Amino acid sequence: MIEVHDLWKSFGKTQAVRGASFVAQDGQITGLLGPNGAGKTTTLRMLYTLMRPDRGQIRVDGLDAALDPIGVRRRLGVLPDARGLYKRLTARENIEYFARLQGLTQEQAAKRCDELLGALQMQDLERRRAEGFSQGERVKTALARALVHHPRNVVLDEPANGLDVMATRGLREVLRALRGEGRCVLMSTHIMQEVAALCDRILIIAQGRVVAQGSPEEIRNQAQEHNLEEAFMKIIGAAVVQEPS
Amino acid sequence: MNAALIVLGKECRESVRDRRVLLNALVLGPLLTPLLFLILMHMIVGRELEQAEKPLPVVVIGAEHAPNLVDALRQQGMEPRAPVADPEEAVRQQRVDLVLRIGAQFADDWRQGRPAQVEMLFDSSRQEVHGQIDRLQRMIEAYSSRNGSLRLLARGISPALVSPLVLARRDLASPQARGAVLLGMLPYFLILTALIGGMWLAIDSTAGERERQSFEPLLANPVGRGQILLGKMLATAIFSMASLILGLLAFLAAGHFMPTDDLGMGIAIGLPFVLTILPVMVPLVLLIAIAQIWVASYAKSFREAQTYLSLAQLVPLVPSIILMAVPMRPQLWMAAIPLFGQQVTMLRLLRGESVNPLAIGIGAAFTLAAAALIFQVTLRLFQSERVAISV
Repeated sequence: MIEVHDLWKSFGKTQAVRGASFVAQDGQITGLLGPNGAGKTTTLRMLYTLMRPDRGQIRVDGLDAALDPIGVRRRLGVLPDARGLYKRLTARENIEYFARLQGLTQEQAAKRCDELLGALQMQDLERRRAEGFSQGERVKTALARALVHHPRNVVLDEPANGLDVMATRGLREVLRALRGEGRCVLMSTHIMQEVAALCDRILIIAQGRVVAQGSPEEIRNQAQEHNLEEAFMKIIGAAVVQEPS
Repeated sequence: MNAALIVLGKECRESVRDRRVLLNALVLGPLLTPLLFLILMHMIVGRELEQAEKPLPVVVIGAEHAPNLVDALRQQGMEPRAPVADPEEAVRQQRVDLVLRIGAQFADDWRQGRPAQVEMLFDSSRQEVHGQIDRLQRMIEAYSSRNGSLRLLARGISPALVSPLVLARRDLASPQARGAVLLGMLPYFLILTALIGGMWLAIDSTAGERERQSFEPLLANPVGRGQILLGKMLATAIFSMASLILGLLAFLAAGHFMPTDDLGMGIAIGLPFVLTILPVMVPLVLLIAIAQIWVASYAKSFREAQTYLSLAQLVPLVPSIILMAVPMRPQLWMAAIPLFGQQVTMLRLLRGESVNPLAIGIGAAFTLAAAALIFQVTLRLFQSERVAISV
């Protein structure tokens, strides 16, 4: 479970996150939905302790990110916005490197890598160097890297970015499987279909704060729209009018 | 520590697969510098030999007034050249290196037994003619004293009377020490080899990792950034050390081709030198590795880091130049200055002198302390958000 309370972060004069609060529950897929520059990536980066919030609290499975950042990172599987594979290493080597850094032994790492290569249907990538990977292959490898230590919580920044239909479907299955195992999945996205197809809960974020949250149903009702996209536009529009920046 | 070893293993594995890294660290660095050094040696030695044996061309004005003097000088290797119209101007414009002018009254003075004047015209601001000036002056002085002695003998006086003192110059520099004057640059070349060896890995594992955006996922692992930094530093040091060892072996081989025998010099660059210098260099290699990572961590891209580190290659040149320009007696405090201390130690070893173990210990301690300090500074940089974020 991921709990965020009153999170603030600024870069110079730019206020990126302004008092964001939300909870992502176990066994649910929570979607962080917002326009570009709404503060999604910054919020996630604070979650996996890459950045320190100016103010506010983050708890992952009850652990305070400010007090025990390493404990928090151990409980998180992270697919950052920057996939960043090592091009001169094969997919297997990329995955096993992170497995070892997560504390797995060489044998455990190899065994877990076998599992993931099968689950993500990427055995053909095993011995290929990441140099010439397609976008989809890169996301798969990065995802395997993020899941290598059976994290209770999975944080994904725009996981479907740049994926084709087939790859997107595969990704959805993986995320649903994670939910089925009772894990907490938190993903940021700006693709409405992803949210509609996957998310149990939606957090709409605009100008650094959560402006609406609930199930897709609740969001539609709140905005009195039948279509999720219309509801989103309405809520974002209202938020922008309220607080011109 | 375990995590640092995992990072170390991965950095080494990745670098071994990079042709650029291999070429620079294990081929270009270790081979280029000994080659460069060898060429330099041959040029310097060649020039000195040439100058010592070559006839000395001198424009002689008024040779007809002192044919005996000119003959004597010619026997010693002077090559008289035809007079020029305005000798002062010719020397000033560097058309002529050296002019010997013999006045019209020379013959008269000589016959009367008065000191007869000859003039040497030269431009002392020209470094390259200093050797020629000295040679001509020595020839003339020798002629003068020989004739002085003859005159005394003709009058029945022992020439020994006018030489109450006799100065015997005994150069006690060992052949190695004479060689070491030329080898003053060798420590720099060796350190340069270590610098080149680690440079690519230092850049690739910091600025390169940021550029390829793999730093952010790496930092999401439950590993302290100190561990990550330590692993990268050790990987850089290993490549640096490998390059240095190969470079030393290359120098060992190049030693056979060095023209030291021509000058009667000995150079102690045998296996004992290599085995002594390696432990001396280990702390320095660690310092170099962390310093390169520190500098490269400031850069946003591979290219930017490359520019910084190429400039940084000139830093070890400073102690070399100081040691060559201001020759100092090796003292214990010098050992405490990283880079400087190791260069002094190397020079002493090259001269065939023994090295104080205390100096080596002090050098190692201070160099490691400097490395630890830079490690802390770099760690602070690693912990800042600026370094972690790629875009």
